[in-house]
Amino acid sequence: MEQKIPKSLEEIPVEVIETDLLIVGGGNAGCFVAVEAKTLDPNLKVTIMEKANISRSGATAAGMDAINTYLRKDKGETPESLVKWSRAQVGGGPIREDLALSNANILNETVDMLEDWGLPFAYDEEGHKKLRGRFDVSIHGEQLKPIMAEKAMAMGAKVYNRVAATNLLMDGDKCVGAMGLGVRDGKLYVFRAKATVVSTGGACGIWKSPVTDYSSAHHQTWMSPFNVGTGYAVGIRAGAEMTSLEQRWVATRTKDFCGPVDTLSVAFGCLITNAKGEKVMQVRYAAEGGDKAPRFYRLTAPMTEWLEGRGPVYVDTTVLTQEESKELRMELLNERPSFVLFLASKGQDITKEPVEIFGSDPYIVGGHTGSGYWVDIKRMTTVPGLFAAGETAGGNPNKFVGGCGAEGRLAARGALEYLKKITMPALDSAQVGKEKERVFAPLVRGPEFDGVTDIEMEERLQRLMDEYAGGIHSFYRLNEERLVVALKNIKVLRDQVKYLYAKNLHNLMNVHEVIDRLDVAEMAVHHLMYRKETRWPGWQTRMDYPEKDPKLDCFVESTRDPKTGEVKMFTRPYEQLIPGDRTKQ
Amino acid sequence: MPPKVDKEKCDGCKAEKESLCEQICPGDLMTLSEDKKGYCRMPRDCWDCMSCIKACPKGALETRIPYQLGYHVARLIPMMGTNTITWTCIDINGKKETFRFINRGSADE
Repeated sequence: MEQKIPKSLEEIPVEVIETDLLIVGGGNAGCFVAVEAKTLDPNLKVTIMEKANISRSGATAAGMDAINTYLRKDKGETPESLVKWSRAQVGGGPIREDLALSNANILNETVDMLEDWGLPFAYDEEGHKKLRGRFDVSIHGEQLKPIMAEKAMAMGAKVYNRVAATNLLMDGDKCVGAMGLGVRDGKLYVFRAKATVVSTGGACGIWKSPVTDYSSAHHQTWMSPFNVGTGYAVGIRAGAEMTSLEQRWVATRTKDFCGPVDTLSVAFGCLITNAKGEKVMQVRYAAEGGDKAPRFYRLTAPMTEWLEGRGPVYVDTTVLTQEESKELRMELLNERPSFVLFLASKGQDITKEPVEIFGSDPYIVGGHTGSGYWVDIKRMTTVPGLFAAGETAGGNPNKFVGGCGAEGRLAARGALEYLKKITMPALDSAQVGKEKERVFAPLVRGPEFDGVTDIEMEERLQRLMDEYAGGIHSFYRLNEERLVVALKNIKVLRDQVKYLYAKNLHNLMNVHEVIDRLDVAEMAVHHLMYRKETRWPGWQTRMDYPEKDPKLDCFVESTRDPKTGEVKMFTRPYEQLIPGDRTKQ
Repeated sequence: MPPKVDKEKCDGCKAEKESLCEQICPGDLMTLSEDKKGYCRMPRDCWDCMSCIKACPKGALETRIPYQLGYHVARLIPMMGTNTITWTCIDINGKKETFRFINRGSADE
């Protein structure tokens, strides 16, 4: 619909909202933050700033077919066994075992909450939640997101839909809320909060996707393309410490359509097979664990087969019966329905023809790998008053739905304890004015401005990162000189942000998405440069440093000075809490 | 690939302040054109999550796989029940299958 485009910044309305707890991003983690906070203190004012519509926003918009982490205690699983598995999945770490354990301790009760709210779980004959992998339990999760959203709202959280976060509201070095763009009403929203939890999704679209021809296939990504890293970017701009951004999440996915592979290979026993009919994981990755090898090996395997002349690579679905094929597609309809449509568009009977697989584009997602804010055990970031949960909180990989929920609850507890001691400062109108100018300037420049569109800059960044910072088209491989080129060009792009212009409010949101992606990209490249070794082949393959370096058995950290823009890189030690061989599950 | 809009069926959700597809789209992509019919403002940006398809009260929207990735024409149509969803899938050779399952409450029917 037609919108009035403001001619000047004076025309832009500012709405100030006072709250106790602000949640930035009403996704999986954010909904659990809200529920926990209102459970602990029903009188607390809890506000959710949501970029889309909370009923279907974020990574779980299309649904989910399993809860990937649940402890079947009757099978002997414990919080410690889950953390050991998680550690092994990232090649022995480093991981934050303190964070992982605290999540695992409240994991089952968190998952059970979903069931209480109406999420259907499958059960086995003995009356236990039905396993489809060691820690995976089956659900019918088509309604997962609406169920979480309804609960958060029923508990009394106030939701502001269609407000995209743009920056934190700061009081010196302390966070006292956040600001956002009203995508529908063109307002600048200022949420003043005693404590803020950032629980947005991670970052997709930093790297080019494998099917990014200029076509309607541009967003055929695995991670939600609307998760652009804003949660990280607001922290980076405020000087927050980030951890492990070099531990990218790249997954084996179905080729040409980024569909889930674990559902096929883990749950249905369809093994990775190359063009020569070899079971790749057993033949070449037996020492790493074969078909149960950590995920980065299961990514690097098909890509290496392809490079060495043994592609295409498949998951062998021909072992399935017609009945199993239908059951499998039913699971897929719960999580990624359009994948079932994709198979139909090839007229493919998967019991006769195996499903081809390939790598995805890389993502920065702290719910899957370790990227994100450095947080303390209460999930407070290095910025006082700012907490992180889910994809944004770093050091604690393999959280997935249950773990993000658990972490949301822990962040709520931390935030509630913190906010009791806080008295709010007066509104800093100079800061608000500056943000209004930063956010709305591209719109005020107007459609006739001789500048750069969000799509032009986004595609420039994505190709740059793809070619020089280890994207899929360079088979995720990295070397120092290429990373230097990437950094040099990101610097130019960041300087050219002043040329971006927007045609309408939707487009203005897109402009800020590319600005946020640039900030995340810059820091990710610094992290990839700092780790001069190869710790996670596929996720982080340094051609110039192909071996693990024992000196880098630690966390790589970064901060960017909000005043000077200077990036500081440093390390933090890994602390092993759970004894034993770190690479053993 | 953006949803294909059946302009006969789409009434722009007249009774609503904002059409349901516009309300729900996670990417803020669905909106109404000048003739008050739903459309996707930026086809390249759609994630094919099918949230709008499920929300449409008229069954006027249909996801199509981009031709660059899959052949013409496969169809996947959800019917939302109270606690169930029923999917009808028709492949490019005309083979039709239906899938029905619980999406709220107990998984055991």
